Amino acid sequence: MKVIVGLGSCGIAAGGMKVYDKIYSLLENYGRQDITLASTGCMGMCFAEPLVEVLDEQGSHIYGLLDEENVLDVFRSHVLDGEVADQYLVKSERNDCTNAAFFSKQVRVVLSRCGAINPEEIEDAMELGAYSGLVRALSMTPQEVVEEVKASGLRGRGGAGFPTGLKWDFALASQADQKYMLCNADEGDPGAFMDRSILEGDPHSVIEGMIIGGYAIGATIGIIYARSEYPLAIERLELAMEQAKEKGFLGKNILGSGFDFDLSIKQGAGAFVCGEETAMMASIEGQRGMPRIRPPYPAERGLFNQPSNINNVETLANIGYILNFGADDYRQYGTEETKGTKVFALAGKIKRGGLVEVPAGLTVREVIEDIGGGSSSGKPIKAVQLGGPSGGCIPVELFDTPIDYGTLAETGAIMGSGGLVVMDEDNCMVDIARYFLDFTQKESCGKCTFCRVGTKRMLEILTRITEGKGVPGDIEKLETLAHQVQKNSLCALGQTAPNPVLTTLKYFRHEYEAHINDKKCPALQCRALISYRIDPVLCTGCTVCARNCPVHCISGEPRETHVIDPSICTRCGNCKAVCRFGAVIVE
Amino acid sequence: MSKQIDYFKPLDEIIGDNKGDASQLIPMLQKIQESYGYLPMDVIVEMSERTGIKVTDIMGVASFYAGFRLTPLGKYVVKICAGTACHVNGAETIAETICEELNVNLDETTEDGLFTVETVACLGCCSLAPVMMINGEVYGRLTRDKTKKILREYKELEGA
Repeated sequence: MKVIVGLGSCGIAAGGMKVYDKIYSLLENYGRQDITLASTGCMGMCFAEPLVEVLDEQGSHIYGLLDEENVLDVFRSHVLDGEVADQYLVKSERNDCTNAAFFSKQVRVVLSRCGAINPEEIEDAMELGAYSGLVRALSMTPQEVVEEVKASGLRGRGGAGFPTGLKWDFALASQADQKYMLCNADEGDPGAFMDRSILEGDPHSVIEGMIIGGYAIGATIGIIYARSEYPLAIERLELAMEQAKEKGFLGKNILGSGFDFDLSIKQGAGAFVCGEETAMMASIEGQRGMPRIRPPYPAERGLFNQPSNINNVETLANIGYILNFGADDYRQYGTEETKGTKVFALAGKIKRGGLVEVPAGLTVREVIEDIGGGSSSGKPIKAVQLGGPSGGCIPVELFDTPIDYGTLAETGAIMGSGGLVVMDEDNCMVDIARYFLDFTQKESCGKCTFCRVGTKRMLEILTRITEGKGVPGDIEKLETLAHQVQKNSLCALGQTAPNPVLTTLKYFRHEYEAHINDKKCPALQCRALISYRIDPVLCTGCTVCARNCPVHCISGEPRETHVIDPSICTRCGNCKAVCRFGAVIVE
Repeated sequence: MSKQIDYFKPLDEIIGDNKGDASQLIPMLQKIQESYGYLPMDVIVEMSERTGIKVTDIMGVASFYAGFRLTPLGKYVVKICAGTACHVNGAETIAETICEELNVNLDETTEDGLFTVETVACLGCCSLAPVMMINGEVYGRLTRDKTKKILREYKELEGA
């Protein structure tokens, strides 16, 4: 029997380490040295963290929402007595759990080893195929490797969707003494954690992709530019690199092929714009991370003015599979235009949030409803935000849109890097647009006037609308500014920054109009446009609201109706949150 | 004088024999921040003299990246996640609660030097939203009350 605890960042945050320690001490106390205790990366079911998998003769049983106390029940029942503890079960091979749908529509190519192996043991990864793609690649010529990747139809998963094979071809064609293979692991989109989970759960997939890429384009130096906010990912990556070196996959004369490849990690320092490739290279060179004009493209003149190739984490994690099983096998997944799978970080008002991987072509509805289980609040879902600050909102009416680079772009959103945040009726779309603009405005590097000043002016207008100070003409002004920022910015940060505003204007214009003309926030979110009162019929005079009001604006004797003084009320919503009788009303 | 030598000792080790390799500027600054807690102005000036990298260039980089700070931090750094998932789940209310409870504004340090409160783009634990992190420890599924309780525990620990 083997017991495995999910220890990705999310698992640890939810208390996975405490559960691990508890099981460790229980095994000690009961003297069960025959049972192996191990850890793994993200199993995908973030909604049920901390997760523990018990492997026995009948296969795999995953228990969820455990803590130091209830893990004792699981331990006694399953580990000691061999009886499955049904009440905590979130997934089993019998597939009769309520969460079975979470997996049934997923296809795991990139995440095949994520959550299945101990990321700190290279043997675990190799048993499940890691580095087999590399072995095959080294038996081919670099041009053949490039052709295989081209044939797979793989496109960049970082957002832009440029064909990976073609990019490699350009870099291979460039002549230079030194070329660089770079990995963009500067995952900065708020609401996205795919790359982090891959790096934490299966760092070898990325390392293998880097080595194959280096071989294909003729680069002997590889650099992974990683976000410094991901310490665990960096730690596991470093360890994995060491182990890969010991096995002869990295360093001089790899597997006797004569190919040398050195890999190192460069940590970012907290700048969203460094996700843009030319800014990223400037940052690696030790400068301010500011984008420059392309062409010349990195394949021609990149890092230290040498030909360079940049791929994102998820893109690289596909490479080992493609080389191992061949382009034809890979092409079975996906649509005509978008081959393979896409990993999404499902979050927001969703029942089963987590890390999911689906074949391209599945509809947004299938991801949200079948895999995600629909709304977590019980209120109807209004929209989904796809692609973070560069993406847009897709309204529920368009949920039958298939996930594909082209069809998603038609809606005004983008495939993006994979953040998928679900919003229900309580979310104000003007506020969401303001939220993203606030982000891009702060992260603008300041090089282009339209991005620097334009986003600032847009943010001011959006803020004023949410504060109830919007004036007629604001919507038109926003649209004009949005188009100017799109057109006159050098890099994707500026070019895509207006997307959240434009898509919400396209699908939720009535919400903007309600804010401006009627001074009302339909979602009852914008504080300047709502008021709180207490329903005298429902109020029992229990005094809980008055005692919890941070500004003491609720008055009333015990057992008598309470009253909110709107002139002092800050509309923090605390009274509504604590009232057990539903007597606090927002209007 | 001997104090001066001790003070710049970590800097010495960080620079090592790295004379003027500007591509190492960011990792060097990261290490300086690690050992000094922030980037003190006198250390930056000293670094410039020893490496030959201009102070303006160092400051340009130090002020560009959000990860560098030019003022000291509190003993506890409270990072409020402002990622999308946290935002739609009420991160703003949590930020408000923290600032109220600690009587401090965002990006500031409490007068007693105990707490620095800041927002971060995304901590990557979206399914636990809303989330905050105090010195590396993540607290998820926050409510107003839960947040207050956690902060009070830290305060009690410090006898404040």
